[in-house]
Amino acid sequence: MGPIAIIDYGAGNLRSVQKAFERLGYPARFVSSPGELDSASAVVFPGQGASPQAVAALNAHGMADPIRDWIADGRPFFGVCLGLQLLLDHSEEGDTPALGIVPGHVRRFEPGLKVPHMGWNSVALRQPHPLFDGVPESSYFYFVHSYYAAPDDPSWTAGETTYGVNFTSFIARDNVVATQFHPEKSGAPGLMLYDNFVKRLVREQA
Amino acid sequence: MLTKRIIPCLDVTGGRVVKGASFVNLRDAGDPVELAAFYDREGADELVFLDITASSDGRDTIIDVVEHVSEQVFIPLTVGGGVRTVEDVRKLLNAGADKVSMNTAAVLNPDAFAAATAAFGNQCLVIAIDARRIAPDSPAADPSLLADGHPGKGALAVGPGSRWEVYIHGGRTPTGIDAVRWAEYTAELGAGEVLLTSMDADGHQDGYDLELTRAVADAVPIPVIASGGAGCIEHLAQAVTDGHADAALAASIFHYGQHVIADVKRSLAAQGIPTREVH
Repeated sequence: MGPIAIIDYGAGNLRSVQKAFERLGYPARFVSSPGELDSASAVVFPGQGASPQAVAALNAHGMADPIRDWIADGRPFFGVCLGLQLLLDHSEEGDTPALGIVPGHVRRFEPGLKVPHMGWNSVALRQPHPLFDGVPESSYFYFVHSYYAAPDDPSWTAGETTYGVNFTSFIARDNVVATQFHPEKSGAPGLMLYDNFVKRLVREQA
Repeated sequence: MLTKRIIPCLDVTGGRVVKGASFVNLRDAGDPVELAAFYDREGADELVFLDITASSDGRDTIIDVVEHVSEQVFIPLTVGGGVRTVEDVRKLLNAGADKVSMNTAAVLNPDAFAAATAAFGNQCLVIAIDARRIAPDSPAADPSLLADGHPGKGALAVGPGSRWEVYIHGGRTPTGIDAVRWAEYTAELGAGEVLLTSMDADGHQDGYDLELTRAVADAVPIPVIASGGAGCIEHLAQAVTDGHADAALAASIFHYGQHVIADVKRSLAAQGIPTREVH
């Protein structure tokens, strides 16, 4: 199996994502240019910083089209936090056009709620998904975000979380999965998601 | 439901945890990695590491601590103590911290705090506030350590309605800044969270300053961690029920025995407050 490619455009700490995969025994390396994707078995896109800067950095590194191509080719992709939000068409954060893989918008939580939505919250799956195999239904996951994804087509929404509104916290279709929460900061259940990703989506495809 | 968080605080100097959990069956109770893993197993929702190194020489040891802990423990880590510049924040985040707190430096140089939130995102920056009650007969606050034009000499200054004052330098130096207004102002600068310590309650184990906690938690649009004064399980529950805090932080209470965190969560659950069960 080739290494897991963690998209890194140098705007923040992704060490814990890498450590989580390494802890599970899977080699993972940071990738900041399209050519480095060649030998990779999967792409993990955690996103860093705010949406406008993130999209600008992706474009500056020439990574936006290679990510779209990777997904269109049916290869395993895991978006995390901002990496989920950037799959949509557009984000209200800085009025930013995003990757346009999932039709819909990213919206800010309404006033009156504490923002960021920070801490441990649960995820209600719409139907069982291999990423959650063996993960207890009552598990909590660590969130920290001020915006949430609202896909136009509800079939992209594989799991929801309640914070003022019910929002999409888990996106899944074919080779694409994405979580609004941070698996690498969600203790044992979070590590199980990364493990399931490699076992169910990466290896089976290889 | 978003759950209320219970957060142990570990004081670190020279790469070692001091005031550590000597009761625990740990091979080395001063080892940050071992202690962090223990608290993770016990159900801690996050960990706060406070670098209490007095001199500037030994500061890089906290970087090593964060690197080693983040390789082993997969829950959020906040690191604070002596953080002054954007570069300090960057080093800690790159070492594996999820959040970095600033306290004295944010007061003396609010621009540095704002620059850090802009560089790394609101969610990475915690404003740590040490607040002390203002006695009714106390002399007027002295903001002389603040630069001219500093908001603490204007809109944020302690006034007739003020009840708590911000202290810096580990609680030794009064600033003349109203604590509630400072919390609101730093949230506007981009803080993602407030770590609020009552200097009056800290160390007494008589409970948090619930009035202070509630005043700040109700005033700011960001989460608030209550700190200072926890002496028993009920105190932590009170911080979130009566104090309206989003999280409760404590140090010494967690050193008394095992399962304290689980007991706190049971107490909260019995009052209908959502908490994270650990499997």
